[in-house]
Amino acid sequence: MMEGFPLYGSIMPSKPPTIHVLRPGLFTTIQDLGRYGYQRFGVSVSGAMDPWAITVGNRLLGNPDQAAGLEVTMQGPELLFEEALSIAVTGADLSPTINGLAMPMWTVVVMPAGSRLQFGMRRGGVRAYLTVAGGIDGPLILGSRSTHVRSGLGGLTGRALKKWDRLDVGPARTEGEDYVGRTLPKSHRPWYRTSVTARVIRGPQADRFTDDAWQRLASSPYRLTLESDRMGYRLQGPALTPRTSTDIVSDAVSVGSIQVPADGQPILLMADCQTTGGYATLATMIAADRSLAAQLSPGDSLSFRVVTPDKASELFRSSHAELERVLPPHTI
Amino acid sequence: MKPPVDVPPRIVPLSESALTVEFGETIAPHTNDLVLAFAAAVEQAALPGFREVVPTYRSATIYFNPLLADARTMTERLRALMTNAHTAPPPRPVTYTIPVWYGGAAGPDLSFVAARAGLTPEQVGTLHASVVYRVYMLGFSPGFPYLGAVPDRIATPRLPTPRKHVAAGSVGIAGAQTGIYPHASPGGWRIIGRTPVVLFSLTRSAPFLLAPGDRVQFVPIEEMEFHHLLRDHS
Repeated sequence: MMEGFPLYGSIMPSKPPTIHVLRPGLFTTIQDLGRYGYQRFGVSVSGAMDPWAITVGNRLLGNPDQAAGLEVTMQGPELLFEEALSIAVTGADLSPTINGLAMPMWTVVVMPAGSRLQFGMRRGGVRAYLTVAGGIDGPLILGSRSTHVRSGLGGLTGRALKKWDRLDVGPARTEGEDYVGRTLPKSHRPWYRTSVTARVIRGPQADRFTDDAWQRLASSPYRLTLESDRMGYRLQGPALTPRTSTDIVSDAVSVGSIQVPADGQPILLMADCQTTGGYATLATMIAADRSLAAQLSPGDSLSFRVVTPDKASELFRSSHAELERVLPPHTI
Repeated sequence: MKPPVDVPPRIVPLSESALTVEFGETIAPHTNDLVLAFAAAVEQAALPGFREVVPTYRSATIYFNPLLADARTMTERLRALMTNAHTAPPPRPVTYTIPVWYGGAAGPDLSFVAARAGLTPEQVGTLHASVVYRVYMLGFSPGFPYLGAVPDRIATPRLPTPRKHVAAGSVGIAGAQTGIYPHASPGGWRIIGRTPVVLFSLTRSAPFLLAPGDRVQFVPIEEMEFHHLLRDHS
């Protein structure tokens, strides 16, 4: 059961709580909303693949939006909570349980001291977020706790969780108990599908492609190949033929950029993407559709619909306003 | 004489929170000068909603918070800055001297580059170190500088298949570009040597040694000196 893990909850209430990693899961990393301000030095933004889901978790708990949590991928970890702690699990439904009993998603619950959080069957989506009152602590690296495995930055020395890791929890800004039971209304919970239509705007090199390529992008579904990860999704479908070479002098690229290499098979860049790239950017997926795309797995299907940049901005503002209305940020 | 501008600057959306300002389509010092002067002007202007600017060879991408600025207003403000940036004197570049051990275990592709150029490996090293390079941009990984341009004779295309492991400090050539891998990583550039200089370290007050616009002068060193300096740096 809990041998080897002293429980000081009632004796030393000021000690920051610790979470022990009994099993790391498939790929579990510490993430926040990303590392901004250093892209000109080649530092990737990284951060949660589904920023909406982690933000909901933090707001339910009364954390600042920038608090770090765990991004859990497909198969979850097994975690032992040394002290009682308020938590929320949002994003993909990976059947979370507390001491073997099903726990509600999108809701603040208390992990009793010495209890275990486990995950089970994947019911929908790919990436779940564990947020905790006070946030997962750790050094701020260039302003963020996000893990970027490729460059070894952030999180736990730049890597995914391993067995026997210990996670520290930061000081909570609020009395956690007040938030227990807080929940995202069911009407606002996303339904993660295996086939998603994402909206895109024309990218900087859109004019290098034929009208035919545009027609294809907007009318054919693309499948996520096995080479799809936090850096980007390699998609498979009708080839998107460029008018001229797709090799360009390297330019800035961002999450959502749809790059097309010489074989015409598009690559959708995601959270861990490089700051610059040398393939033509045909289109950019809009931010409002990022969360649904972040919950796709290899084999799932992605279709695109073109909107104007004005429409993309309007959708960004309305989705932001909707979250503000349902779950305003915590203020003191 | 004023250097020519390839095309009039074009402003295109990269996303709802980023605009890319294109100053040209080629790798050219005068284009990069315009990019860097403009990027500096954007940094100083502190426009409402501004987040960060990423200068590249021929463009600058401006990231902003779309809740605080809309693309149309941002575009107008950037156009206004452009006029001023063109008249500002370019900042005085800083030149860094970077020692390189060419060939041997440090430069697995040096003999290929030499054979292709009809030179000896030593001549390739000497030629590579004979010009002062401009840091056009950083990208690929934290602190990776894109330097140019290498003398025509030693310009060499990338490896057909990238290597799985390139040692930290490796100096490579890709076409007319040359660069330094700050960390061990996969890579497809032709590796001709290695420097003991640490380009990126979180334990320094200034984590990044190089910034866009800086200059780099390589200096050939022997294997012994490389190991000696590597010890000093770590």
